[in-house]
Amino acid sequence: MLKKTLSIIASGLLLGLLGASAANAHVLDDIKKKGVLVVGTKADYRPFGFLDPTGKIVGLEADLAADIAKRLGVKLELIPVVASNRIQFLQQGKIDLMIATMSDTPDRRKIIDIIEPNYYASGVNVMALKSQKVGSWDQVKGKKVCLIQGAFYNKELQEKYGIEGVAFPGTAEAYAALKNGNCMGFAYDDTALVGELLKPEWAAYEMPLESLLPVPWGMGVKQGEKAFADFLSKTVTEWHKTGAISALETKWGVKNTPYLKEMTAKFK
Amino acid sequence: MDAFWEWFRWLNGATGINLTIFYDKFDRGRFASGFLMTVQLSALCIVLSVVIGVVGAWLQGSRLRITRKVVYWYIQFFRNTPPLVQLYFFYFGVGSLLGSTDAAGNAVPLVSNVTWAVISLSFFAGAFNVEIFRSGIEAVPRTTLEAAESLGFSRLRAYLLIVLPLAFRISLPALNNNLVNLVKTTTLAYAIAVPEMLYVSSQIWSDELNVPVMMNVLLVTYFLLVGSLVYFMHRWERAIRVPGFGA
Repeated sequence: MLKKTLSIIASGLLLGLLGASAANAHVLDDIKKKGVLVVGTKADYRPFGFLDPTGKIVGLEADLAADIAKRLGVKLELIPVVASNRIQFLQQGKIDLMIATMSDTPDRRKIIDIIEPNYYASGVNVMALKSQKVGSWDQVKGKKVCLIQGAFYNKELQEKYGIEGVAFPGTAEAYAALKNGNCMGFAYDDTALVGELLKPEWAAYEMPLESLLPVPWGMGVKQGEKAFADFLSKTVTEWHKTGAISALETKWGVKNTPYLKEMTAKFK
Repeated sequence: MDAFWEWFRWLNGATGINLTIFYDKFDRGRFASGFLMTVQLSALCIVLSVVIGVVGAWLQGSRLRITRKVVYWYIQFFRNTPPLVQLYFFYFGVGSLLGSTDAAGNAVPLVSNVTWAVISLSFFAGAFNVEIFRSGIEAVPRTTLEAAESLGFSRLRAYLLIVLPLAFRISLPALNNNLVNLVKTTTLAYAIAVPEMLYVSSQIWSDELNVPVMMNVLLVTYFLLVGSLVYFMHRWERAIRVPGFGA
């Protein structure tokens, strides 16, 4: 009796292991067999992923995806995703990999695998007129700075950095107030400000400070794809070592973020 | 004093009633400044709107047609548009036209958001006050005015010394209503980032996530604030009552 039970358990375990290993190799083998890597990126988030005049998705994250495809020796296919469908696309297998400005959170880690180390981080920065010649957070102390009501960094900016916050319900009001000179700058997510600054109407403005309070971004893959995840981990580590992402930032006209410098220092 | 503040930290631990506005120094500071801003804003707007009401009601009785028309359109404009839309109109619309630039070429707004709130809310409540005073003036017996005229009073002197004091007493209950509404309307200045009580409270509850507690704090604070205004207005109403006149 005992023997029988044991053998059932053992065979169950064996089956489980077989199943797991089959799943492990699944995506990476499939990609190589198909000869195509399908990556979900943003198509509306300049300069990380946006459409060029010919309708092709280009940007910093598109370049990262291209680099991964090159390393795998396969062709690249980019699929536009948005925040509300990117995780579902990954789970359904519509995309093999997601590089779509996604913040790394514990909740998301429960439903997909997020690649360690994180490849990027957004932070809070200030957009101000170039003529103000803002060079450090000290210079913003005691000045009126537009904010968005309810943003998580509002308290820290006012308490620790001494800004005089002028918080509006939405970004449209804050940008209008900035233009009217009601505040000397607008403190907001740096990656969103970068996109806004690329518009010609903000030609006289800049984002001169070092970003604060970084929130890391992670690439996502389906759960259980260990081989693929390991390969991606190695790739991201290599990017950090060589400073490849900082170089891409420069290419797309973004000021180099201190987060990437830290990562480069860490992995050297 | 610290022990008093710290008691609220204990209260949070013991009951979950998170009154950061007492034990967190930063929150205490901003809530106090928000309260003061609301009081200041209310006081300024009350005084200005009453002045607008008195002057407007006098101009309404002007012999010049054009003056009467101007007052009429002023009332129509401010009474028939929502105060929030007026705030936006002044701050974002008119404000962007009134800016100048400093030596370095930076845009400098001529009028700050607090000033715009005072202007806009005073004009808004003032439009109602004109009508409130008009009803008081019309309730003053025609014969009283004729008596003043026959004694040689000019129109202005008769208005200031005879009609207005009587009209004021008749108008007070309606005026109270409007001023109470005005104090409550100051919360709208939140939309143009005037750091009044609702604005600072929303900042506090976004940071501390104590939304229900702060909602109750706001409710109680406004109740007490408006309650004290009503109390003083009633006392004043009784103090200036002319025995035998009016109700």
